[in-house]
Amino acid sequence: MATYSDPPAESFKLSQLINDTRYRSYTFQVIALIGIMLLLGYLISNLINNLQAAGLNISYQFLGEPAGYDINQRLIEYSSQSTHFTAAIVGVLNTLLVAVLGCAMATVIGVVVGVLRLSRNWLIRTLMSVYVEIFRNVPVLIWILIIMAVFTAVLPQPRDFRGANATASMVGDMFAFTGRGFYAPMPYFETGFAQGAAGWVVVLAVLVGSWLAARALGRWAARTQEATGQRPTTWYITAALWLVPLAVVLYVQGLAWEYPALKGFNFQGGIFARASLIALWFALSIYTAAFIAENVRAGILAISKGQTEAAASLGLRPNRIMNLVVLPQALRVIIPPLISQYLNLTKNSSLAIAVGYMDITGTLGGITLNQTGRAIECVLLLMLFYLTISLAISAVMNVYNNAVKLKER
Amino acid sequence: MSKSDLSFVRTEMLPEQAPPVTEQGVVKWLRENLFAGPINTVMTLISLVVIYKILAGITPWLANGVWTTSSLAECREVLQGQTGGCFSVLTERWNQLLFGFKYPVEEYWRPTLAFVLLMVAITPVLFQELPRLFVATAAVIATLVVVELLAGAAGLAVPTVVIGGLGYWALARFGAAQRGGSIAVSRKLLLLTGLFPFVGYWLIWGGTVLAPVLALAGVLAGYMAFRRFEAASFAMGLLGAVVAAFAVWYLGGFLTAAAEGVLALPEVPSRDMGGFMLNMMLGTVCVSLSLPIGIVLALGRQSDMPIIKWICVVFIEFIRGVPLITLLFVANVVLAYFLPPGTNFDLILRVIIMITMFSSAYIAEVIRGGLAALPAGQYEAADSLGLDYAQSMRLIILPQALKISIPGIVNVAVGLFKDTTLVSVISMFDLVGMIRGPILASTEWNGVYWELWGFAVVLFFVVCYGISQYSQWLERQLQRDHR
Repeated sequence: MATYSDPPAESFKLSQLINDTRYRSYTFQVIALIGIMLLLGYLISNLINNLQAAGLNISYQFLGEPAGYDINQRLIEYSSQSTHFTAAIVGVLNTLLVAVLGCAMATVIGVVVGVLRLSRNWLIRTLMSVYVEIFRNVPVLIWILIIMAVFTAVLPQPRDFRGANATASMVGDMFAFTGRGFYAPMPYFETGFAQGAAGWVVVLAVLVGSWLAARALGRWAARTQEATGQRPTTWYITAALWLVPLAVVLYVQGLAWEYPALKGFNFQGGIFARASLIALWFALSIYTAAFIAENVRAGILAISKGQTEAAASLGLRPNRIMNLVVLPQALRVIIPPLISQYLNLTKNSSLAIAVGYMDITGTLGGITLNQTGRAIECVLLLMLFYLTISLAISAVMNVYNNAVKLKER
Repeated sequence: MSKSDLSFVRTEMLPEQAPPVTEQGVVKWLRENLFAGPINTVMTLISLVVIYKILAGITPWLANGVWTTSSLAECREVLQGQTGGCFSVLTERWNQLLFGFKYPVEEYWRPTLAFVLLMVAITPVLFQELPRLFVATAAVIATLVVVELLAGAAGLAVPTVVIGGLGYWALARFGAAQRGGSIAVSRKLLLLTGLFPFVGYWLIWGGTVLAPVLALAGVLAGYMAFRRFEAASFAMGLLGAVVAAFAVWYLGGFLTAAAEGVLALPEVPSRDMGGFMLNMMLGTVCVSLSLPIGIVLALGRQSDMPIIKWICVVFIEFIRGVPLITLLFVANVVLAYFLPPGTNFDLILRVIIMITMFSSAYIAEVIRGGLAALPAGQYEAADSLGLDYAQSMRLIILPQALKISIPGIVNVAVGLFKDTTLVSVISMFDLVGMIRGPILASTEWNGVYWELWGFAVVLFFVVCYGISQYSQWLERQLQRDHR
């Protein structure tokens, strides 16, 4: 009978570090780590040497100093006496403004085009394919510049609106489309207590209240349907819940409109959106919409025909089939690429610098950088900002993906 | 029962009736595709109006186009108030649009030749076999280009290639290409592809021929060392290759410095490159460099080794999180701080570094998707055959993963090629930079928007649409299942 004993304890040999799979991965990782450390150390030592040679240092003091330049499109108070930091905030808000506007419009156009590409109508289908192919295959920078050129070259200047034989006129005395930008009436509140931001906060509160009430109503309708089999008709109550409180609050606060009017060489009053903002918004929207259209089309095509047919054989009507069967499944396919398109649009909005729209790249990465010469600090902050947005959107996407993941049991 | 008591039984079939008019031919197609129901009809009519408006706007503009004047004012005189495009800006500034405004005129044949060689060099990469008609077309185009180069009309060579390619595409589209049969593209032609980077560099930048030859020698030495040490292990082979290559390059450096005039073409500094040539250069160089880097990053991200994995994850996510324009700012104003004092990388090289980093992060993500899509059985099968990591990746995993990733890689390549226009923001004069800067700002052509931008749109569309059509074709070719 054989006796078993422990194998003799292996003595560790140096060659095991490279030949033994148990140790090899440690060897590689240590080598990689040392390599990265050396590379970073080399770059940083270069940086220090170069900065010393140029008599510079890394400091963020400049953020507190007066910027000394004007920003013509701004959402918050800003003057040339404000600090570089305020200028950067103005830029951040401008980036977010054009990103949010662009995402909204791109989604609308993209969904419409994506659905129309599946239309039975040959002409519509072909037109939409042409649109998608043309816009996807030409750089967005060219589109931005083309649309900006259209605005400055084709639209009338404010002076064309003046005089007895004006060559241009306002649309319904409310809107003016000029090469400098678009003017629209601005709503404001006349009643004393509601002037300024306070009035809008009240309106927002009312809207949130309406939303909550409408949701409660929907739940009640669903409960009733489950209990009795009949769904009470609620659409007019829902409409009233949204409209009546809003109308009341607007009337009580005294809603009024400030119309843009030609004074001297330019329009005064109303909401003014500069041509650069509109051009950027429009170009980013139609460019991104071409991509979104493809995502939407792929999402709808991904739902097998059997699903639609099964729903139809259960007796569902076509719009219910769309709402209850096709869309929930298609959205699972559409939303992740849609969100990454939003991310792309936000990153592409940095091209604002090409048309002079003052987003964060134009303020912090443009004029502030050139004025202060603080290249490293500015570019670092700029990257940090975009990185934050990207990571935030990725986090939202992960949460969504986990929520809609097929629950396999 | 032989005799029927029925009064009448039909013994022969009735002749087939023609289908109703509404159910055949053009009418049926129209009814089904354009006028199926009131909503469809309305949409058709609206689209027809839109198409008419667009055509009515563009046709006179194209038809009355002026091609031969030397300034906008002259062009307007010729037109005398009529609608018409001043395409003479394209003919007059043609060389600037293609080569930038500083590339020496007498050297235009060099980038043009490099472009034609590029077409030859990528053919064996892109195609396994080619229709005879294509080869014939290519031969005709090549002859024309050579004649144009000899005649000193290098600017004409590019439109020859473009028009010839379009003509071929139209022929192939309508089926004529199918009849001629096809010839296999020899794998040996891949040698040309390997040689092209060195020849292309020499042609475009000029200088002594020794520099690219020694660079090639270094690569060859590295390859030989790799073959020599590969038997020991893949890592050893790689190490040997790197050491050998650097040794040759280091020694070659002295040789090049000593003999600068050997077979030298006039040197053209990087800052003189411009126009569409710059876009092509950046696109080609960065895509080809970022593919291997992207593969390495993707494998690193899939790795079991936490440190390597995290290095790759941080790099990829950081690059993907910031817009390319900030990376170009880095190339423009920051990168110089991180390089050893005294070195002077030119801007184009710094931009190539940053764009390559940018696209390799995206390609890494695409390839990671391909790696993740492979069933785990493939990895296990490779392991159970006793293949080591490098072998299993090279022989089993990557060929399949790359095949799955082709559409994604092509998307990245097209996106990257479009993004090369961004270099105009950091004041490099690529096609967009040329249009915005020297051409629109010149006194002769101030105010010609449509013709120039239309040209840029057409140029980019032809290239990008061509690439994406190729990728769809390749996908169909590589589809081995579900025939």
